[in-house]
Amino acid sequence: MAKASPIKSGDFLAGVAATSEEERIAARFALADLPLSTFLNEALIPYEKDEVTRLIIDTHDPEAFAPISSLTLGDFRNWLLAYATDTNALKAIASGITPEMAAAVSKLMRNQDLILVANKIEVVTRFRTTVGLKGHLSTRLQPNHPTDNPQGIAASILDGLLNGSGDAVIGINPAADSVPAATELLQLLDEVRQRYSMPVQSCVLTHITNTLAIIERQGPIDLVFQSIAGTEAANNTFGINLNLLQEARDAALSLQRGTVGNNLMYFETGQGSALSANAHHGVDQQTLETRAYAVARHFDPMLVNTVVGFIGPEYLYDGKQIIRAGLEDHFCGKLLGLPMGCDICYTNHAEADQNDMDNLLTLLGASGVNFIMGVPGADDVMLNYQSTSFHDANYLRQLMGLRCAPEFENWLKQMGIYDEESRFLPGRPPTPLLELLQDIGK
Amino acid sequence: MTQSLKTITDLKKLRVITAARIGLTRAGSSLSTHEILSFDLDHARARDAVHLPFNATEITTALKTRGLEALQVQSAAAERTIYLQRPDLGRQLDESSKQQLNNIQSQNSLEFDLAIVIADGLSAKAIHSNAIAFFDEFLSLLPAHGWKLAPVTVASQARVALADEIGAALNSRLSIILIGERPGLTAADSMGIYITYAPQKGRTDAERNCISNIHQGGLSHKEAALQLEELIIAAFQLQLTGLPLKKKLKSIL
Repeated sequence: MAKASPIKSGDFLAGVAATSEEERIAARFALADLPLSTFLNEALIPYEKDEVTRLIIDTHDPEAFAPISSLTLGDFRNWLLAYATDTNALKAIASGITPEMAAAVSKLMRNQDLILVANKIEVVTRFRTTVGLKGHLSTRLQPNHPTDNPQGIAASILDGLLNGSGDAVIGINPAADSVPAATELLQLLDEVRQRYSMPVQSCVLTHITNTLAIIERQGPIDLVFQSIAGTEAANNTFGINLNLLQEARDAALSLQRGTVGNNLMYFETGQGSALSANAHHGVDQQTLETRAYAVARHFDPMLVNTVVGFIGPEYLYDGKQIIRAGLEDHFCGKLLGLPMGCDICYTNHAEADQNDMDNLLTLLGASGVNFIMGVPGADDVMLNYQSTSFHDANYLRQLMGLRCAPEFENWLKQMGIYDEESRFLPGRPPTPLLELLQDIGK
Repeated sequence: MTQSLKTITDLKKLRVITAARIGLTRAGSSLSTHEILSFDLDHARARDAVHLPFNATEITTALKTRGLEALQVQSAAAERTIYLQRPDLGRQLDESSKQQLNNIQSQNSLEFDLAIVIADGLSAKAIHSNAIAFFDEFLSLLPAHGWKLAPVTVASQARVALADEIGAALNSRLSIILIGERPGLTAADSMGIYITYAPQKGRTDAERNCISNIHQGGLSHKEAALQLEELIIAAFQLQLTGLPLKKKLKSIL
């Protein structure tokens, strides 16, 4: 598996990569002849040692797997690309596919294959907005501030809303990871939402134990956030396990805050996290990433976000590796039935720039990505990395005729931000939203 | 202030409360030319900072003119592209540097209180602009304590944990590394300081304490020196660094 993987610096760091190009392709030939069912009988990480493996095996759906059960991986790629394999066919097999099958077949697929097949899949989730409908692109508004200054955060939220951002979630990464700090930010988000009757869900991306504590104190939790990885050991270093995730989901469901649906988990992942936590079991980073999607799938999430270039060049060296990883993650997640979005991003020590992000953005638009990030000017001043701007999302919407979540689009029109054609109204009087600044200024 | 906000670009007036790039002017739904160019300029500075060659000789000379013993060492990452992809190599000394430090110890078999390392990290520019100015502030605080200083090492292609090996080789109770932080768009020359009690290979980041964001416009050299002094005193008292030390300092403040 690892030797068949496209080049990633993290696989060299882990010492699992192919040592020559020829060896890499030889590994792919071998992989192509492997029956899909192999992955049900041979675990890459032992069943006894890892609860993620147990989850994968114990929840496998043999009925959904039946139509593809006799295929080799090579045949499976051909099957995925066939005309007859449409949106419904792909939906029907999703619960029969294990992460290892998805990861393995992706290693046999070119970028265009990953795009074409992902584009056939539709995964729709709902809370207060409907995200993932064909022909739609949503965004997470990410209004971070280095000191969690509520005014500074509100200013970024306002800027985002005026640029049509926030229909996937308004989600803040707090600088201070504590219950009081997170609660204060959640109250700010909830106030703004109610004041303008915004159809959005909010989230403060704090550790799940903090979120549980906030729920106990009746705080306004919409989505439950957690970073997850593909092995039990890596999840332990994050301070989580499957039981804890279940507990938090149950607690948040009991609040009944969704209006159009009840998908309420928000997971973030990224290739390299298991190796970074020293918990990779000799498996390549892309396969481990896909195993994290099995964890996500079990909790019926609203959003799954692969934060593709944040981890740095020791895992994904340059624009080419970041682009490949973004397409793989999106494809594998969608194939497993997940509402995939992508934080299209890089750090300043990676060999990448905004043009590489434009490329990945456009390719993911063609793949039908559910959501991307909206960061003011693409520059996150708290986490110190570059992602996509509000304007990047609007470029993609304009280029491909993609629309916001329907509930949010209506709201943008009501507020006078969009015209009837869903274009931004220039030079018009301030919308009621600008009143928000009166209070921020206080 | 808010009375004058009429359009989206007026949001720029709120830059006093957030450094975020808000209120950007649009061309269609895209960014205007001016906005693109100013972003690119900041990114260009950050990229230059990552790849700027480290002038270790100049730093060493500056230390020697202050009457300090100083020597240059090199990590096992021979050049920048390797350094960026192999953080493990940036955490080890190369063979000749190892030898050099071992020689110091085998000749003298000394014990030191502080082993200070000055390292390029991800921004040589941060060290060029801040290390010596910080050092001058820090040196002025030293006479009150009588801490025994090991020869200062100036390390190229170094990660934070390289100070573990250096501190252990020099037989020092504490290692202190001044290192260039990953350049951001706001500051490409920000320096961080990490201190580790009883340095030895295999120490984790949870066993260190950190002072970050030292640059013009961030934490001043003087303030950073005072914070470091406080950390050192507490570390020697508790005989450890890391989370417990941080908690202890919080409870004092």
